[in-house]
Amino acid sequence: MEMIQIQKLSKKYKGAEDFSVSNLDLKIEDDEIFGVLGPNGAGKTTLISMLCSLIKPTSGSFSINGLNYSNNKNELKQLIGIVPQEYALYPSLTAYQNLFYFGSMYGLKGKALKERILHYLEKFGLLEFSDKKIKMFSGGMKRRINLIASILHQPKILFLDEPTVGVDVQSKNVIIEHLQELNQQGTTIVYTSHHLNEAEHFCTRVAIIDHGKIIIKGNPNELVAQNSTAHNLEDVFIALTGKGLRDHV
Amino acid sequence: MSKLLASIYKEFLLLTRDLGGLTILFVMPLVLIITITLIQDSSFKSISKSKIPILIVDNDKEKISESIFEGIKDQALFDVIVKDTEEEAKELVFNGTYQLAIVIPEKLSKDLEKKINQNVEEVLAEFGLENEDNTITKLDIPVKEVRLYFDPAVQQSFKISIKSEIDKMISEIESQSIYKAFQDQLSDEETNFAFDTEKFISFKEIVPKLNDEEVLPNSAQHNVPAWTLFAIFFIIVPLSINMVKEKSQGTFVRLRTNPVSYATILGGKTAVFLVVCLIQFVLMMLIGVYLFPAIGLPSLDVYGKVFLAFIVALFSGFAAVGLGLLLGTIANSQEQAAPFGATFVVVLAALGGVWVPVFMMPNFMQFVSNLSPMNWGLNAFYDVFLRNASLSEILPDLILLFLFFLITTLISIVYNNRKNAV
Repeated sequence: MEMIQIQKLSKKYKGAEDFSVSNLDLKIEDDEIFGVLGPNGAGKTTLISMLCSLIKPTSGSFSINGLNYSNNKNELKQLIGIVPQEYALYPSLTAYQNLFYFGSMYGLKGKALKERILHYLEKFGLLEFSDKKIKMFSGGMKRRINLIASILHQPKILFLDEPTVGVDVQSKNVIIEHLQELNQQGTTIVYTSHHLNEAEHFCTRVAIIDHGKIIIKGNPNELVAQNSTAHNLEDVFIALTGKGLRDHV
Repeated sequence: MSKLLASIYKEFLLLTRDLGGLTILFVMPLVLIITITLIQDSSFKSISKSKIPILIVDNDKEKISESIFEGIKDQALFDVIVKDTEEEAKELVFNGTYQLAIVIPEKLSKDLEKKINQNVEEVLAEFGLENEDNTITKLDIPVKEVRLYFDPAVQQSFKISIKSEIDKMISEIESQSIYKAFQDQLSDEETNFAFDTEKFISFKEIVPKLNDEEVLPNSAQHNVPAWTLFAIFFIIVPLSINMVKEKSQGTFVRLRTNPVSYATILGGKTAVFLVVCLIQFVLMMLIGVYLFPAIGLPSLDVYGKVFLAFIVALFSGFAAVGLGLLLGTIANSQEQAAPFGATFVVVLAALGGVWVPVFMMPNFMQFVSNLSPMNWGLNAFYDVFLRNASLSEILPDLILLFLFFLITTLISIVYNNRKNAV
């Protein structure tokens, strides 16, 4: 079953010369771990932001689980979880207080909320730090809390924007392991990353986008196999997007 | 409802974790109110107890200048220093050493006497009471000018009050001289003054009464409500910064993806910051009632006024929070929110009549003042503290304050929804 259906989706920011996302068509199946890969400025974050209702598309449409934002805003928000690239947490509140607040915003309350918070804190190795303020946490710990805040309501689909940026290997492994576990429990995962090695092993399917358009999509192993000179996904990526720097403002 | 309660709890935690912010919120207004009242009270005392040194250049050295000297001494406001030349006095005032110099012109006494005598003779001639020689010689007596030099740094209000005092003094001397001239013309005996020169018209200030007792307003009754209101409105600075921080931290982005309305988020902030306003109000009242008398300032009289004053503080708090929500919604950075918020509160306070009473403003500014929520709040506070008003009398101002809250909050919600429409 298709979880996300995107049709001719485009976004051009005010004052920009080019489209950040241009006429993009994509279907993401239920229970997939789908990687959206691309160089800086390719349009990955813009695509995720549109799917999470953070920015308005210039044209085109999409549906998630058969619903769209214009008619089913709150229902859709209840279905999705988003792990933003930045730590979207209150630094002066403790881990528990942050999770309590964001869990409450999904309508969770009382004992059920408390138990769920403690369950995830334990699962991500943070239980003993539950009453410590976020500003005391390392980057890896913040990333894990950032993830827990997005999955407390057990979303049907989870969007992650660079969830492993700036974390140590141990934290990264914990995050990836639990994301896989969530996926096995029925959560569809859409994820952007610069870590191609991580994506190659983690994703069931990837799409490489550049200049707002999908260049190629498919199973990572199949994409590597299709390119005779490539040994891994990074080789495929370089072959398709080039070695030139993508600095832009 | 649980989302609103969670929002309130979160805002409470954020506020209590920010000790610096809390200090600014509660301690600074107290420092402000004590400082302002001490300055105002001490300046009042300095006028009544100590004397302002002024320079006098006496080019007359006769009766009128003696009367001016006497009059100034009677005022008990000034310490007179005599200077020989106008130039010397002018330089000392214009360089700020002294604030005022009075230059009495030459032959003031003689010329005034001549002028009055001439006028009196003319009047008597009209009634057929002319002199024996029947001739009135019309002399060309030049108009006399008492010159005043003010330090350019002296405020206009001080200049006006000094000018008015001197004008009054000269008028009295002139009147006395006229009476004396008539006396001299009509009576042969110089010593017996036939005219009663005592003031016929006097004035008495009638003040409002509460329980048959006159309520005399003091500086605390004026200052505490005005600066309490100022502190309440200053809440727009921390509130807008709180909101801008959420944007820069990314938490607002997360909230936008959560199934929670912007109204609920604002509701949490409104509840907590409204309580802050009320705590500020209570602290200010306590300072006025207990601390002021302990440090020699007049006490704030709250007898029978606490409930209504609390109501005014509550509705003023609503208006201030509404303004803070709007600023926090529109501003994109702390650099925008903080200076704008602080300056805007000062502008609102000025328009509201915290420094200069509204009735003294030009017509256009009086009209603008009517649009300032601080003016509505201050009016309501003065109604309660100084005019012994009832709830129904302050109701129009309360309604305006609450409408202001509703409108600013509504604009915030509409602005946010439009900006983030998907």
